[in-house]
Amino acid sequence: MASAATATGPAGELRDLYGTMARIRAFEERVAKHFRDGDIHGFVHVSIGQEAVAAGACAALQRDDLITTTHRGHGHCIAKGADPERMFAELFGRATGLCGGKGGSMHIADPALGILGANGIVGAGIPLAAGAGLAARVRGDGRVALAFFGEGAVHCGAFHEGVTLAVAWSLPVVFVCENNGYAEFTRSDAWGGPTLIARAESYGLPANSVAGDDPIAVRSAVAEAAARARAGEGPCFVEARAVRFAGHYEGDPQQYRSEEEFAAREQHDPLLLSRDGLGAELADELRRAAEEEMDDAVAAALDAPYPEPATVRDDVYA
Amino acid sequence: MPETPRYIEALGQAMADEMERDDSVITLGVDVGAAGGVYGVTKGLQERFGPERVRDTPIAEAGVVGAAVGAAMAGLRPIVEIMYMDFASVCLDPIVNQAAKLRYMTGGGVKVPVVFRTQTGGGRSGGAQHSQSLEGMLAHFPGLRVFCPADARDAHDLLVAAVRDDSPVCFVENRRLYPRRSEDWDRDSLPPGLPRVVRQGDELTVVTWGRMVSETTRALEHVEGPGADPEIIDLRTLVPLDLSLVSDSVSRTGRCLVVHEAVESYGPGAEIVARIIDQALYYLDGPVERFGALPTPVPYSPTLEAEMLPTHESIARRLTAVATA
Repeated sequence: MASAATATGPAGELRDLYGTMARIRAFEERVAKHFRDGDIHGFVHVSIGQEAVAAGACAALQRDDLITTTHRGHGHCIAKGADPERMFAELFGRATGLCGGKGGSMHIADPALGILGANGIVGAGIPLAAGAGLAARVRGDGRVALAFFGEGAVHCGAFHEGVTLAVAWSLPVVFVCENNGYAEFTRSDAWGGPTLIARAESYGLPANSVAGDDPIAVRSAVAEAAARARAGEGPCFVEARAVRFAGHYEGDPQQYRSEEEFAAREQHDPLLLSRDGLGAELADELRRAAEEEMDDAVAAALDAPYPEPATVRDDVYA
Repeated sequence: MPETPRYIEALGQAMADEMERDDSVITLGVDVGAAGGVYGVTKGLQERFGPERVRDTPIAEAGVVGAAVGAAMAGLRPIVEIMYMDFASVCLDPIVNQAAKLRYMTGGGVKVPVVFRTQTGGGRSGGAQHSQSLEGMLAHFPGLRVFCPADARDAHDLLVAAVRDDSPVCFVENRRLYPRRSEDWDRDSLPPGLPRVVRQGDELTVVTWGRMVSETTRALEHVEGPGADPEIIDLRTLVPLDLSLVSDSVSRTGRCLVVHEAVESYGPGAEIVARIIDQALYYLDGPVERFGALPTPVPYSPTLEAEMLPTHESIARRLTAVATA
């Protein structure tokens, strides 16, 4: 399997993963700021604290593999290779955005990179990924489809049906469940029931739970799942346990969280946790480079034009 | 002269031809494979093309339809069967929030060439959950195309067009038409969007589609005097829809009746009436009316169902009423 680990050794792998995480963090911090400033419209959800899941999972994929993501999908898109300037332009509603300004944060996509899109409907990307895996199987093109979703999505029918199909047809699909502890405003343990791993195994899915603040752990679990899928051995489930640092959406007052909980977040900050292993100097350099890249991306995106009103009816039909 | 295909055979032929022509065409749905479909539309396809491309599915419509949409984005051209049109309500998210919107939301980044094959057919005591006509609801969502073939020839031609369309198509069959043959199988093919004159006439224009086309033709058996000479136009597709043929006809006849099997209130007839009035207002000599099913769930008992749905007898009365108003 092609990955940073085999290309440049373990040190290079962490450097690449850290670099991706730093870029996601820098992107998301600017999203929060520009939402407050009014440059980003509507609803926006940031993934600060969960960068290791996106970085690790996408590092385990090949360029033409397919992903579906969620309303909290900026990190997944960056990790899969999307251009931050065009992502910012999309969030700012500009013509140069990845979707020409028609999608916005919740529908951001880059099909040319296999990013079939964020989704405003919880769980909806799961059957889409199963179908993308079906297409890969029927076409014999060797691709793998990966569905990112939150632990809140496992209660919805789309999860049950999507997983059922992937298992029934032994499709090349990896289900990555980002367990950030909250389904919107509600703690995920509120509903009881079996663990995520027990649920997944009950469908006949091989399941693995990893620390979602450790990009190497995520990468190796997803790499193993993707290798199985590519070899025709069917789908797998990976739970990545992480902490959502911010609210459900930007502007969420988060009155449902305690001071202690806020204070404990740093213990799960994937950038802090990887810093020592990488070396402070290199970590800081990567953070600085990411900040610069994202500042430039924001500036260019803010300069981009808004879409011409006359294009409003374009692309309703193919 | 050999017999022309029945509506159901024309559908199977269109699917077989398209699967033969293009390896990316697959079909999937509950019982479409080994069993050949609940009414036999897909009979023989699995033997011919194999279980990989003619795929039986669990009863998991939302997952199956979602997977068809995902497969369409990833390079296939799936024909997914929703066994009864009423079941669309258990898988509306992948149709309405995903398939219909994905091309637009991605700024043209993806094609979603999926066909949602489904069928309806009130009037045979299917009951409220197996008899609805929901084409108007589907036509309301920008991004979906909606085809409603009224005879075997259009069943074939429109299904071929649906498979080749790069946009999602809701393909609405009527099971009561399955055994019927076209009266003019050898007529020229028409693309989606263009209505077809089924009967020429001067007194009023009847605009209809699906099973109501033949029901309206049959209504003429009951009309003597006013209303006996309508021009009957089959819309064939609700989306796309070019109404210029219809407005020309209404401009000539001066009166119009839109007939559909769907419930009348908030139904597709209201939209079509409004468009006709926009285009032909200054040529009207009488009303532009709509006639659909009563606003009730579809009842089971034959006497109640006949009261609820438009029939050739009730259409006949409306023809006379519009012609004399």
